[in-house]
Amino acid sequence: MTADGIGVAVRRKEDRRFLTGAGRYTDDIDRYGQVYACFVRSPYAHATVDSINKESALGMPGVLAVFTGADVAADGLGLLPAGWMIHNKDGSPMKTPGHPLLVADRARYVGEAVAVVIAETYAQARDAADALEVDYTPLPATIATGTASKPGQPQVHDDVPNNTAFDWCIGDKAATEAAFANAAHITKLDIVNNRLIPNAMEPRAAVGEYDPGTEITTLYTTSQNPHVARLVLSAFVQLAPEHKLRIVAPDVGGGFGSKIYVYAEETVCAWAARKVKRPVRWTAERSESFVTDAHGRDHVTHAELAMDANGKFLGLRVKTFANLGAFASLFGTATPTYLYMTLLSGQYKIPAIYGEVDAVYTNTTPVDAYRGAGRPEATFVVERIVETAARELGLDPADLRRRNFIQPDEFPYQTPVLLQYDTGDYDKHLTKALDLGDYANFTIRKADSAARGKLRGVGFACYIEACGIAPSAAVGALGGGVGLWESGTIRFNPTGNVTVHTGSHSHGQGHETAFAQLIATHLGVPVDQVEVVHGDTMQTPFGMGTYGSRSLAVGGSALVKAADKIVAKGKKIAAHLLEASEADIEFTDGKFTVAGTDKAKSIQEVAFAAYVPHNYPAGVEPGLEESAFYDPLNFTFPAGTQICEVEVDPDTGEVEIVQFVAVDDFGKIINPMIVEGQVHGGIAQGVGQALMEHAVYDQDTGQLLSGSYMDYCMPRADDFPTLKVGLTETPCTHNPLGVKGCGEAGAIAAPAAVMNAVTNAVGTMVQMPATPLRVWEALQSAAPAAAAE
Amino acid sequence: MYAVNYAKPASVADAVAALSAAEDGKFLAGGMTLIPTLKQRLAAPSDLVDLGAIGELQGIGTDGDALVIGAMTTHADVARSPLVASAIPALVTVAGGIGDPQVRNVGTLGGSIANNDPAADYPGALLGLGAEVRTNSRTIAADDFFLGMFETALEDGELIVSVRFPKPLAAAYAKFANPASRYSMAGVFVARTASGVRVAVTGAAAGGAHRMETMEKALQADFSPAALDPITVNPNGLNSDLHGSAAYRANLVKVMAKRAVAACG
Amino acid sequence: MSTTVSLTVNGKPCTVEVEPRTLLSALLRDKLGLTGTHVGCDTSQCGACVVHVDGKSRKSCTTLAVQVDGAEVTTIEGLAAADGTLHPMQEAFRENHGLQCGFCTPGMVMSAVDLLHTNPSPTEAEVREWLEGNICRCTGYHNIVKAILDCAANLRGAQQAAE
Repeated sequence: MTADGIGVAVRRKEDRRFLTGAGRYTDDIDRYGQVYACFVRSPYAHATVDSINKESALGMPGVLAVFTGADVAADGLGLLPAGWMIHNKDGSPMKTPGHPLLVADRARYVGEAVAVVIAETYAQARDAADALEVDYTPLPATIATGTASKPGQPQVHDDVPNNTAFDWCIGDKAATEAAFANAAHITKLDIVNNRLIPNAMEPRAAVGEYDPGTEITTLYTTSQNPHVARLVLSAFVQLAPEHKLRIVAPDVGGGFGSKIYVYAEETVCAWAARKVKRPVRWTAERSESFVTDAHGRDHVTHAELAMDANGKFLGLRVKTFANLGAFASLFGTATPTYLYMTLLSGQYKIPAIYGEVDAVYTNTTPVDAYRGAGRPEATFVVERIVETAARELGLDPADLRRRNFIQPDEFPYQTPVLLQYDTGDYDKHLTKALDLGDYANFTIRKADSAARGKLRGVGFACYIEACGIAPSAAVGALGGGVGLWESGTIRFNPTGNVTVHTGSHSHGQGHETAFAQLIATHLGVPVDQVEVVHGDTMQTPFGMGTYGSRSLAVGGSALVKAADKIVAKGKKIAAHLLEASEADIEFTDGKFTVAGTDKAKSIQEVAFAAYVPHNYPAGVEPGLEESAFYDPLNFTFPAGTQICEVEVDPDTGEVEIVQFVAVDDFGKIINPMIVEGQVHGGIAQGVGQALMEHAVYDQDTGQLLSGSYMDYCMPRADDFPTLKVGLTETPCTHNPLGVKGCGEAGAIAAPAAVMNAVTNAVGTMVQMPATPLRVWEALQSAAPAAAAE
Repeated sequence: MYAVNYAKPASVADAVAALSAAEDGKFLAGGMTLIPTLKQRLAAPSDLVDLGAIGELQGIGTDGDALVIGAMTTHADVARSPLVASAIPALVTVAGGIGDPQVRNVGTLGGSIANNDPAADYPGALLGLGAEVRTNSRTIAADDFFLGMFETALEDGELIVSVRFPKPLAAAYAKFANPASRYSMAGVFVARTASGVRVAVTGAAAGGAHRMETMEKALQADFSPAALDPITVNPNGLNSDLHGSAAYRANLVKVMAKRAVAACG
Repeated sequence: MSTTVSLTVNGKPCTVEVEPRTLLSALLRDKLGLTGTHVGCDTSQCGACVVHVDGKSRKSCTTLAVQVDGAEVTTIEGLAAADGTLHPMQEAFRENHGLQCGFCTPGMVMSAVDLLHTNPSPTEAEVREWLEGNICRCTGYHNIVKAILDCAANLRGAQQAAE
């Protein structure tokens, strides 16, 4: 093993630039002649746009142009599409009206872009945007998830009856009904998975540019997946042919899903640059991010769990209303279906599962995948109902889970909801978490809290997720519009250092380091001799990008395949140089050696020979550069246990996280430091969802009430104790690295762990987020009952 | 932000003159509320008169048994002042809990009370301590200064020079912060003074900081947290929003009041 | 309506033409090309824009450029030594993986440096409390807090060694 290869906590290569202010984010890009876009947005949740008086803005200082939906349509640009087809129970296709780049005639959520002003400075663009006269006729709006499909609600889209995009189901209904008929105990639960706003710290931004010489349109933008953006913009929006469109995603300041999607504003900047023949830039103000970045979650769910007399699970049935917002965003339809209900089996043997999802349109910002994407929602259902069942049955929550875990010798395990888990050892991480959290002495800590007037509670979440998305054939069979393989190229330079081109994209995950470590181990080149290039469709092979904890499992596997090709070719060249048979050449630690001898050539010497092939094997191409595409054989299944302890102040309802333990099985680990960091960040987002974060709409007007950090509560440093994290390892069985992915686990499990703890402390149901207000109200409503006992 | 004119006078007299000469001018103290307001285009003054260069508005001193704090003294300077810590440590709690460290490095006492945000901390402290606001033209008792949400007794062009805080026998401030904005949802300042107990509440009511006479009476008779047990805070007139109902804020007022009393020792 | 301000930025004197409404963050980013100072919100809460003005941490997005005429400003670009050696706080963030996407990092580091100026031996709770004005979405703050405590310990150790 090399000193900086797989398994070592190598300090990150990218950090120096970020720590010295030398990072290069989209808003840092400065183009000659650039002008600024400012968007005029609908102040109404639902309104017809009756007229726009362009003249009111065109005469303002510095204004170059004002564009509306009519201008975009006149240029033949299409609508932003949904990327995943879902079919109704009766087999008919879902209804997904496309999202116009600029409102054509009817605004459908507060903040939807109605027009854009282009001016010499941002202040001038903003001044003119404020002055633009737009006449609206407000219409009644549909806002609430749970009631949007009820008859009589205002129609978000005229051709979508009852605002229902689709009604979808999974599993065996009859078998599940039969399981419930035989149950000794049934636990029922009504839960809300609160709507969230992703809030990557870097706001979305774009710089569009058109080169009349090459006729290439370039869009610098905050994207997690530049090639996918290029494909969508070419194939669906008709912005430019794929070969004449370049997307560059430079340093990107966090994504969490919100930068997967193709949005109106970025697209309009690229288009407008051609119209005004100047580079056009836009950076979202945070208040714009709040109303236009795709939101996350927003489910209303009823679930029931059937058990026999011993607490063995017999069946699970779940009904969810999922809010898509005003339009189906790119992955917006996959998230509450295939990324959600396929995980309803959790870590358990549940013989029968049946789930239904009604996806509804509302006059709210579109909802799409946000860190975890469907899997946090699934974990929340499963782990909340399992814990509730344990409390109802008077069983220790750990005990009930152990009675139902899939056992290590039962893999591969086929769940009743499509997925086949390849490997795992669930008791192992539960046991380790119980130890790390000193669960045995919880009652002592609870008594100590009580002595200080505090209510202490403990909650578990034993989560599983399907990551490393995804086998393309499976994706296609389930309605996905793309393949979800990944690509990579390894290029040895003549002087022996290496440039790696990956289709993945790093926006905080540390790919520049982790992928270099992979090269260090597989090719024996030190990390500092490896440059990882990503994020530019002109420079990197076509790639599907980074989301769903897929970069290492899929993108990393592509690089391993490419490295194997490098070694295979290198052996041919080394055999020639060493005057040995290719079959006798071994490759370890960057050296090609003739087996059983000390005759060797370094990979750098081989690379040089490949580029200066004066003494070279016949029939072998010059150069040492290999590409590979990797299509995964299955999802990966990271799993783990989180245990949260909270203290509740009964006077104020304030919840304090006093202990948080996470033990995860991510398979093989490339860089444990980076992995721990991913877990910490995920937990913070999960805790944020459980206790603080909530996108709240006025139910009548559709105004976003939590539209800034003044009202949308972001987790801060003093909201957390020191986190306790640990690892177990069952390597993934079907990718060459044995890795599973770690980017989402924290956010997937934490809401359930925290809410189980809060419920345990308070003694009654509280919905997320468990704000001080809600906890206090729950305690007030529980108080009379407690007094009566 | 809309376009605006800017001046940075060096004396109180020049500042007052500059403002009166402006069409629709505003004093700029620390700017921790004003600048975000301007950035969001929620206000459009013609002129900003920056008070940052006026020496006579700075500093912390004593006046007999009282503390006198210059209007442009930052929250950080108050929070770190040994003089304040020894005379009225409750003011250290107040100033040290406003905003975040960067806000405290710039935000000022004068700016805070002139703005009279209903969720600001200082108005409660002034009312609780029976402070006096000294302006360029007069002295105004705190009880007469705060007139409701974002309203004060200041006349057009009148400038706060300093605040005089009489030293109490004991005082404490307990605050429950809005989880998102960290502004006060219910902040209660309690002071035992030679002339009686004073209780002031900030953050809970739409009208801003106000005295709680029922609590003052109860504590006058028995200065203990338990003395507040029989009191029910009336939720009428208290704010109700996504962070807290009026009933919840009423509860917080009582809880924070008891904690402040307990902290008085 | 433009006016000029003269200030010292990262040790270099400069005179720049601005409007009165120009924010310090805009002056640094757009006029001086110091794009390490980031803007992450419009309500003065996220702290990505924190710089030092006359030695104290301050939100450059909530400061008019004209307000700091004559001041000494230090940005993230001015923190490392001239030879490129990282400031101990930068080094501690690197060593402890106190950053992921890097966007909040400049403000976070500048804020942390100011903390140790005012309190060289903070407790974990004091560090967490100090960071109220710096929002990070990636790290869960765990390694940021660790980095700051580590830096404080290193600086104390260095000082003791020097004594």
